[in-house]
Amino acid sequence: MTSIAIPAGMPQYDDVPRFDVARVRADFPILDREVNGHPLVYLDSANTSHKPRQVLDVLAEHYARHNANVSRSVHTLGTEATEAYEGARAKVATFINAPSVDEVVFTKNSTEAINIVVYAFSNASLRPDADPRFRIGPGDEIVISEMEHHSNIVPWQLLAERTGATLRWFPVTDHGRLDESGLAELVTERTKIVSLVHTSNILGTVNATARITERVREVGALLLLDCSQSVPHMPMDVVDYDADFIVFTGHKMCAPTGIGVLWGRGELLAAMPPVMGGGSMIETVSMARSTFAAPPARFEAGTPPIAEAVALGAAVDYLSGIGMRAIQWHEKELTAYALDALATVPGLRIFGPNVPVGRGGTISFALGDVHPHDVGQVLDSLGVQVRVGHHCAKPVCTRFGVPAMTRASFYLYTTTEEIDALVAGLEQVRKVFG
Amino acid sequence: MQLESLYQEIILDHYKHPHGRGLRDAADPDARVGEAHHVNPTCGDEITVRVTTDGKVFTDISYDGMGCSISQASASILHELLRGRAADDATVVHEAFVELMSGRGQVTPDEEVLGDGVAFAGVARYPARVKCALLSWMAFKDAAARAGVGVSPTEVKA
Repeated sequence: MTSIAIPAGMPQYDDVPRFDVARVRADFPILDREVNGHPLVYLDSANTSHKPRQVLDVLAEHYARHNANVSRSVHTLGTEATEAYEGARAKVATFINAPSVDEVVFTKNSTEAINIVVYAFSNASLRPDADPRFRIGPGDEIVISEMEHHSNIVPWQLLAERTGATLRWFPVTDHGRLDESGLAELVTERTKIVSLVHTSNILGTVNATARITERVREVGALLLLDCSQSVPHMPMDVVDYDADFIVFTGHKMCAPTGIGVLWGRGELLAAMPPVMGGGSMIETVSMARSTFAAPPARFEAGTPPIAEAVALGAAVDYLSGIGMRAIQWHEKELTAYALDALATVPGLRIFGPNVPVGRGGTISFALGDVHPHDVGQVLDSLGVQVRVGHHCAKPVCTRFGVPAMTRASFYLYTTTEEIDALVAGLEQVRKVFG
Repeated sequence: MQLESLYQEIILDHYKHPHGRGLRDAADPDARVGEAHHVNPTCGDEITVRVTTDGKVFTDISYDGMGCSISQASASILHELLRGRAADDATVVHEAFVELMSGRGQVTPDEEVLGDGVAFAGVARYPARVKCALLSWMAFKDAAARAGVGVSPTEVKA
């Protein structure tokens, strides 16, 4: 294992909370399986994480014992289901230190959560009486960055097209960091919202948000942080980050697919017009018009993913039980180990920060001029599961002049032995394509 | 090892030493030229295929692109197999290749028809890679149509 010398005055090694990785791995049934005759080496958690028994059991238990629709039944099962669903909301609120449980809106995923904010802007712009913070049109600006996932690019492009607003973005430096040098010119009185990725899904960069938040406040804009790749991996405190909205998704944090979260400041959510219309989001309905429920119900039209939300609550319990600080530190050590190990592979080029500071455990790289599809295919034959392609972040690939990248990403159950298996697999790739 | 059924020697050879790569202008100013640019949105691979024809024969098939070994070798083999062929003849080969790639590994290729293309039989067993193998072939079909020559009506279900 690589040892890191920690300067005096900084938190020392022994101060950091730890957990037993072998015991954690025993909670994940899938980690026992083989792939192509080799033990599974799963290095694709940035894509989706695996689910521990504790979450799978809650999911099964909900359908087996408490299944009913929520928020509309007086019967016992309906009450149990509603309590479980709202209980999950409370767990999520605590997990991110939301001031109020009503600030947690359940969505399908991060993409839907971003689109709710986008369409609130869109709908507000059609209503003269809407809150001016959400009205947008020609002359107004939306600011994103070059390192966004497509889900935080395309909805804003479409909003700009619909409303005549202008889309602008932070560039990315050669080292894969956010280039904040033009902050004052980029974020101005014309800016309505800055929507920024917290941790890049392709470069692994963790963006420092303090200066940007300060500027956003100065010009009176709003700030949305895409925390899809950060909430699963580090402690999140929405008060401390002083954001207006954050979004994240359950399936990257040990919960099922189909459940995500939009957190928004209570008074902002209350000022937003509805986006999807339907059951559960109304106050009263007549044939001519309707009035709408307060958030979060206003943004949860239709029967929600109940069991998935309950299982997200179980995932939050599971992660909190281990400790987010401990998980963050485990991944930091893995990242330091992996950066060192990958540096020994001839011809390997890392995209993004090559030091384990201000970055998470997601490492994208090129191996000589071997195409990532071929890298991934050879690794798969050895049981090593990595993602290859543009990672839904094509502008980043373009920025670094490649059509695609190979990406290894870690989580709480990842071991240094798995990183060794990756490095050994890359040797095999070199043999086949050398 | 399983992997060898995918990365046949022939495929790696075409990948490392592609035949006919690079876009070329038509030698005959009266020739009909068609070009198509195809991308694989899942991986970002791209290829441009240009066909030159006198209306009957594909006098040249040139291409340029970037992508994995499978997609690049496939373009090289396409060039080898179809350049200089009459359109009817090319249709037979094109259909056979599409059938092979759509066959989930259940189709036995005819070497008489497909030449080096038989090496792709193994690729058909990897659903995630079928699109890579077909990228240049679908671009070729479009390019040929733009040059006014129809090739293989087969739709791909990959």
